[in-house]
Amino acid sequence: MAGNELRVTSSKNSIFKARPILVALWFSILFLPFKGAKAALILFVVLSTSIVLSRSLLSYAKSLREKGQAVSNRIRTIKLSTRSLFVARYSLLLILIALPFFVRDYLLDIAILTGIYIILALGLNVVVGFTGLLNLGFVAFYAIGAYTYALLNTALGIGFWPSLPLSVGLTALSGFVLAVPALRLRGDYLAIVTLGFGEIVRLVLNNWDSLTKGPNGISGIEPPYLMGISFWRLSNYYYLILIFALLTIVIIKRVYSSRIGRAWIAIREDEIASSAIGINTPMYKLYAFAFGAFWAGLAGALFAGKMQFVSPESFTFMESVLILCMVILGGLGSIPGVILGAIILVILPEVLREFQLYRMLALGSGLVLLMIFRPRGLFGGKSVSLRS
Amino acid sequence: MLAQQIINGLTLGGVYAIIALGYTMVYGILELINFAHGEIYMLGAYAGIIFFGLFTAIGLTSYSLPLSIVLTLILSIIFCSSYGFTIEKIAYKPLRKAPRLSPLISAIGVSIFLQNYVMLTQGATDRVFPYLFGAAGFDFIGARVTYLQSFIIAISALLMLSLHFFVARTMIGKAMRAVAQDRVMASLVGINIDTVISTTFVIGSGLAAVAGMMVAMYYGLVNYSIGYIAGIKAFTAAVLGGIGSIPGAMFGGIVLGLVEAMGAAYISSEYKDAYAFVILIIILLIKPAGLFGKSTEDRYK
Amino acid sequence: MYLLEVRDLTKHFGGIKAVEEVSFKVREGSIMSIIGPNGAGKTTLFNCLTGLTKPTKGKIYFLDKDLASLPPHSIVKLGIARTFQNIRLFREMTVLENVMVAQHSKAKSGLFGSILRPQGFIDEEKTIKEKSIEYIELVGLEDFTNTIAGNLPYGSQRRLEIARALATEPRMVLLDEPTAGMNPQETSEMMDIMKRLQEFGKTIILIEHDMKVVMGISDRIIVLDHGIKIAEGLPDEVRRDQMVIEAYLGKETH
Repeated sequence: MAGNELRVTSSKNSIFKARPILVALWFSILFLPFKGAKAALILFVVLSTSIVLSRSLLSYAKSLREKGQAVSNRIRTIKLSTRSLFVARYSLLLILIALPFFVRDYLLDIAILTGIYIILALGLNVVVGFTGLLNLGFVAFYAIGAYTYALLNTALGIGFWPSLPLSVGLTALSGFVLAVPALRLRGDYLAIVTLGFGEIVRLVLNNWDSLTKGPNGISGIEPPYLMGISFWRLSNYYYLILIFALLTIVIIKRVYSSRIGRAWIAIREDEIASSAIGINTPMYKLYAFAFGAFWAGLAGALFAGKMQFVSPESFTFMESVLILCMVILGGLGSIPGVILGAIILVILPEVLREFQLYRMLALGSGLVLLMIFRPRGLFGGKSVSLRS
Repeated sequence: MLAQQIINGLTLGGVYAIIALGYTMVYGILELINFAHGEIYMLGAYAGIIFFGLFTAIGLTSYSLPLSIVLTLILSIIFCSSYGFTIEKIAYKPLRKAPRLSPLISAIGVSIFLQNYVMLTQGATDRVFPYLFGAAGFDFIGARVTYLQSFIIAISALLMLSLHFFVARTMIGKAMRAVAQDRVMASLVGINIDTVISTTFVIGSGLAAVAGMMVAMYYGLVNYSIGYIAGIKAFTAAVLGGIGSIPGAMFGGIVLGLVEAMGAAYISSEYKDAYAFVILIIILLIKPAGLFGKSTEDRYK
Repeated sequence: MYLLEVRDLTKHFGGIKAVEEVSFKVREGSIMSIIGPNGAGKTTLFNCLTGLTKPTKGKIYFLDKDLASLPPHSIVKLGIARTFQNIRLFREMTVLENVMVAQHSKAKSGLFGSILRPQGFIDEEKTIKEKSIEYIELVGLEDFTNTIAGNLPYGSQRRLEIARALATEPRMVLLDEPTAGMNPQETSEMMDIMKRLQEFGKTIILIEHDMKVVMGISDRIIVLDHGIKIAEGLPDEVRRDQMVIEAYLGKETH
């Protein structure tokens, strides 16, 4: 079984079939004009040796994978008793609660950022993972949430808590407004229209100087206060994010395992069959869009409160792609997978700071490789597949 | 004023049309929005600067300017076509049987990769294309037309016509149309699908290379991020004319160029880039399947 | 009592006349078969009845309500369910989930119910699950409750599609070639399932190519050819009809 799978994946990619020297030469020639002869020569040597090496590694990997398969099978067959699951869950929660007492501010900062991205990625997962609609402009909702709070706070002096329902409500509403016309479109056109929506929102934020202060952004946003506690302190903000992230997970999980979630998955699997068993498909696609946008609005308001500053630069297309990567990396539709995807993509660049420049390069090639070799994501289980 | 905007719009529109052809040909055959196509155009602009710089360094430009431009153009076309060919083999071919959004995501990956690849190797700052033609030109019905503008319009028209005849008359062109109509039938009558798809990518990328070089000459400045916006605009042009249709892409490109020039002149130049998106959204909302939408009963069986 | 009445139903695609002025009535609790050569417009007729395509002309009355302008999900609510010629299951969902999702329009709980989980929500989920298991047992798939639908053998997939259709609690079921690709053993099991449905009081419209099934089970038969109804009657009448023999049966029996 494992061997068979390997053969399929390697024959998928024609690079492995061609002569290594020729392949290396081809890529070096393509590279030559950009970086000169010396770099191209180095690339040639590196490529040809690595292709030759990878061939022999491949047969080694085959045996390794068989072993790995056995291990992962064993992991899958270990039935976690409800009690040990309970213990694991609560000890994890305890660790998360205790975190601010033994880590530096820098790590707390990363944890806060991770929490915001978890909320975002789970929101996008409702649209892309559950319902199977590719949204390439998700960052627009994040921006709307962030700017709504920023403007309410700086222009009208409204605090975080009264602004929050407005921010989130307005974002969900904008999700609804975009979805009403866009949902008649076929999958790939829908993706492009959402991308266009994202760009239009960013262009408006960039150019409507009188309201948004344009590219300079809005500064001086107040962090939240609640009953005398200021969330300006990092550890307090961490707890705020922790609570919201847990709330997001619980709510999305519950909606997922209700008739609403079942309807979403059904639409992803087969839209026509869904309508033939009585699901109002346009309505439920709308729900998915608005419900997904809701979480982006929440994440946006939390982001604005944390940074105390927003500018259009935080809401580019690349940000949309990054969130999409989190959803795809962990496994489309799987809630733990998406959480892991968000954690990995926030923490990895921090760990590999020296390679900061190569971050987007890796993200781009990572997307291609994921689509080819693991379309179900790294931890993808049964939930799967992008359909149009 | 109006005549001037029309000339500016036509220049821009010709470039969009040439890029749009690449989108439309690939979509016609693979039903894939080749998101990375805009980056090929960006590579073309860089290749133009690099090869032209090379010819300047060896003294060819001072010997004969037209010859070095033609040679630069040819080298850029070969170079970009090779990239297009390679990208298809690596990122799209393995996904031919995958659900249709997978290749789209893969294309987005390629696009991000190429942008950062160029940024890392060529730097994040603007690169300059030598100012060749100056502002020299002639007056035409009250508008000032530079020689460069007339060169761009002429080359665009020439390329569109040659592509039209290529697809209509040649064997491989006919094979392309056959594959676009029915891939299974085409392979049954002995057409090699892989060759046709590769040819499509090679031609589309070659056209994008020309567009990239012309824009580099027109604006004088090139940046690693120009491909994204240009790509979206060209895609809009393709949809505007009915995606999959070659004359449609030409028409769409020119219309979009005119709209943008007029919009920038008479409405607001700050939102110059937004017009394409707004047009795209409006068309798709009126005709949800794109202007040439297919709908068949088979879907419901 | 007539459950369904179709009057002058017409569907054109561009210049193609897929269905042309077809009229018929279906009595409650009966099995009506639609036969005819490939391309006769049978599936298009089903698509009109279930709202997937809008008829060009004509009326469809179900319990005296006109269906012609209703969307598919509203038609399901009124009590019409169907299966598809090319099986359309939710392939990544389990057998149980496939049937559970079909009770969508019977359930009421909304967003807040599913988040707050009051007793009403829990009871409703429990009922949905219990009923689903009943439907799964009815088609004999109880051993595969937690199997992923896409992994079921072909014949079982057809049966699951019927269970899913039944879970919408219809009064009338439209079956599009339910025995296609089945061996004689599976075919006779499928006939048993259809008879059982009739015993439960369901009305069935059946598109079918297998004449043994059609003749063995139908109360009435209508014959379509090139979108036109060329005959209607009891199985024996249709069997003897000269036009039918020429258009259809003649080719089949020789």
